[in-house]
Amino acid sequence: MQTDPATTGSTHRKTPGIERHADRWVLRGDWTLQSLCPRLKWIRSQLRSANPDAAWDLSDVGRLDSFGALLLWKAWGLREPAELVLAAGLQTAFDRIRAEADVPPPVRQLDLLAPVARLGDKILRGGYAIQHFVAMVGQVVIEAARLLQNPARTPLREVSATLYKAGITALPIAAMLGFLIGLVLAYLMAFQLRNFGADVFIVNLLGIGIIREIGPVLVSVLVAGRSGSAFTAQIGVMRVTEEIDALSAMGVSRHQRLILPKLVAMVIAMPLLVLWTSVAALLGGALVAQLQLDIDMGFFAETLQRVVPVENLYIGLVKGSLFGAAIALVSCHYGLRVQPNTESLSANTTKSVVVAISAVILLNALFAVATRGMGMPGR
Amino acid sequence: MSAATDIVELSGVWTRLGHDWVHRDVNLTVRQGELLALVGGSGAGKTTLLRHIIGLTRPARGSVSLFGEPLRAGNRAARQARRQRFGVLFQHGALFSALTVYDNVAFPLREFGGLHEDEIRSLVMSRLAQVELEPRHARLMPAQLSGGMVKRVALARALALEPELLLLDEPTAGLDPDRSASFVKLIRSLHAQLGLTMVFVTHDLETLSALASRVAVMAEHRILVAGTLEEVYRFDHPFVKNFFRVRAAGEREV
Repeated sequence: MQTDPATTGSTHRKTPGIERHADRWVLRGDWTLQSLCPRLKWIRSQLRSANPDAAWDLSDVGRLDSFGALLLWKAWGLREPAELVLAAGLQTAFDRIRAEADVPPPVRQLDLLAPVARLGDKILRGGYAIQHFVAMVGQVVIEAARLLQNPARTPLREVSATLYKAGITALPIAAMLGFLIGLVLAYLMAFQLRNFGADVFIVNLLGIGIIREIGPVLVSVLVAGRSGSAFTAQIGVMRVTEEIDALSAMGVSRHQRLILPKLVAMVIAMPLLVLWTSVAALLGGALVAQLQLDIDMGFFAETLQRVVPVENLYIGLVKGSLFGAAIALVSCHYGLRVQPNTESLSANTTKSVVVAISAVILLNALFAVATRGMGMPGR
Repeated sequence: MSAATDIVELSGVWTRLGHDWVHRDVNLTVRQGELLALVGGSGAGKTTLLRHIIGLTRPARGSVSLFGEPLRAGNRAARQARRQRFGVLFQHGALFSALTVYDNVAFPLREFGGLHEDEIRSLVMSRLAQVELEPRHARLMPAQLSGGMVKRVALARALALEPELLLLDEPTAGLDPDRSASFVKLIRSLHAQLGLTMVFVTHDLETLSALASRVAVMAEHRILVAGTLEEVYRFDHPFVKNFFRVRAAGEREV
């Protein structure tokens, strides 16, 4: 019957077949997952009308695996048919699946309180996370104090490595982003200012805006995405591979060796990056001022010193350090919360970046309120 | 009819990793129903050879045949069908850490397609029973399992599609002698039950003598000797003598 060689595929597999002779069912070929697959629909439809009270002849079946046995066993209504002829060695396949043939699906109980429990769980988890964060910051402070007693143990190498990875290698991209943002902002301002004949005020606007706000926030968002995620992933993988435990076993504090260097490096690198980016943004702005408003670059630089009080620069640099610290602490916090599986690693890296950027923006708003009287010209 | 009886055939395989040749003219045949052990010193290229058979790496020269056909012959569907005829137990289990034990074992079945969810459930539970795990373990995540259980679940997953060939990389590495012995027993009984062909890489002489029906010794970038354990013991080569003597002595001390 259905032994067409085209579907047998390879070497020695025989297409399964099923035939019905009045009260007798005859099965042929290999009843394995692989060989059943091409004609599974047809086999299923044949088996639907199967009758366990009939006689079943499996003497021509070549190979029978668990899946083939399961199909038949289910078709027979989970019992042996009235008359069964088996080829040698087929019985074991039935023995293997008999116990599990009708495993009931796991019962999912409807729990009306589940949403409440989930909410409570979320709140508690949030509480624990804050607790963990505060404890971590405390530990870092304690470790820093310990280092003051024993400065030779300062992990300078790690600090230097992080300075390079988070600071130096970020210079090109930071400069490019800063330059482009400065360009675009100045371009938009130039149009508006020309309408009022207030061309020269572009220096005031760009100067205060970039040095005080845009520089620090832009760099922070960039670094949170670039280095914050790297910190979380690094510490997270170290947790997965038990490297953190190995450090603890050797008596090396993770706060001292992993978190403190990142914190210190970010506090040092961020103000420098802010300065660098602000300069690039001002350059972009000055270029547009020259092209659109005929304001000479030299005049731009000279006016900048006159109209932007130097406090704005200090505010920008302090903000850089503060945001750097926030990014380092947040990303290390989420790194340490990674559970040993891939899902948790990706979830925590995502959270780390989102929370770091949100924290930076929140801190920026608080800082703006706190320093509202400082560095404003003409007061 | 050699095509039906030679499950794996490697001929004239040369492999280069970096600047070094790992294999120089490796020839190996695995016959149907065999339990072939691949032994050799660290870095002898045993795992690399296994990866050639799986198709993860490609030798620089030479050919790899599975089930009588070249490994990369045919179109995508044919290659996929060939891949579903063997199972692999990776050294560290390589369970999907984001999925439960149940979903790990069900994964190849779901990928295969055409099966109903209740059939998948029966097959998964029977696989778990086969590797002597309890139904309650099905809900656990891989991170919650002990080393021995990880190996069992990985074995259940490798067996999910009832492969004709099972490749095992260091099946007993990282297990204590007791667990190791019971895992070896399990593999033996599965071999007897399912009539599989198995190729496994090992360092452990105890695993080797308890499991292998044939042994292939790798050294000097090639297969030094392949045969039954007695034949290999009698083979006169410094590496073979040293390997088995040192190992045997080491085990006596234990």
